[in-house]
Amino acid sequence: MKLLFGLSADSDSLDALHRTVDRARSVGDDLTVAILKGPDVDGSLADMERRVSEAIGDVSDVDLRTVEGHPGSRLVEIAEAEGFDRIVLGGGEQSPMGKIRIGSIAEFVLLNSHVSVTLLR
Amino acid sequence: MTERRYPEVAAGPFPEPPIDWTDEAGRTIEIRVCQGDRDGLVSMYEDFDPSERAQGIPPVQESAIREWLDHLLCEDCFNVVASHEDRIVGHATLVGDDAGAYELAIFVHQDFQDAGTGTKLLEALLGHAAAAGVKRVWLTVERWNKPATYLYQKVGFESTGAEDFEREMSIRLTGK
Repeated sequence: MKLLFGLSADSDSLDALHRTVDRARSVGDDLTVAILKGPDVDGSLADMERRVSEAIGDVSDVDLRTVEGHPGSRLVEIAEAEGFDRIVLGGGEQSPMGKIRIGSIAEFVLLNSHVSVTLLR
Repeated sequence: MTERRYPEVAAGPFPEPPIDWTDEAGRTIEIRVCQGDRDGLVSMYEDFDPSERAQGIPPVQESAIREWLDHLLCEDCFNVVASHEDRIVGHATLVGDDAGAYELAIFVHQDFQDAGTGTKLLEALLGHAAAAGVKRVWLTVERWNKPATYLYQKVGFESTGAEDFEREMSIRLTGK
């Protein structure tokens, strides 16, 4: 299966990335990691690229890319144009109360993608 | 993330618990600050209609309910319960965020809904919190949940304009 994992450049957790990389390696999926930087995102692409490289160790089996522009629409565009089977996103954020939150990237992707979407909890 | 908007004018005053009242179905309800009601709350949430869960809370499994309640019944949190004949039938709670404000949630057991208890419980929680100096409270509500949105508006919450999957609303309290 061809997976596209989307990671916002200002994300403070790499937990979803770790789980996706581990799973992709164990079942032999073809994984692309897109680091997304929208116009109003503070995080630097270079910083996140370095964190991701450190986090996943050997990156030779992962297609690591940086993507600028509207994060949700760029992700959907890449998934559809390049024939990905699934988009994977972290989706486990909670409010102080413990309510599940869906971020703006996940909301856009869910409502616009013709490709199946997995949100990791 | 932009700053959350709060109404300029403070709402209230709100009554402080304990409050005794008779609901619209004629049942006597005591509204009080939560103290040692953990097991009663677990019982209410175990029997809570799963279709009335909001954004993943309350959790379904007993162990998850207990873990969640541990988080809510913290020292700096505010919790008010409604009880009928020693049974907890409603719970309203405030949990602090990282900006000095509080997130609110309220649950009324399905057997005791539509009888005015939600409004009383909400007002009592806001009265309890305002007396302790809380000034800013916010919540999220599903966009399709018109009855809840109406209840929040009635006590003084206003939409902040932030809408993802949920509508966000906020209120300013008089505080001390």
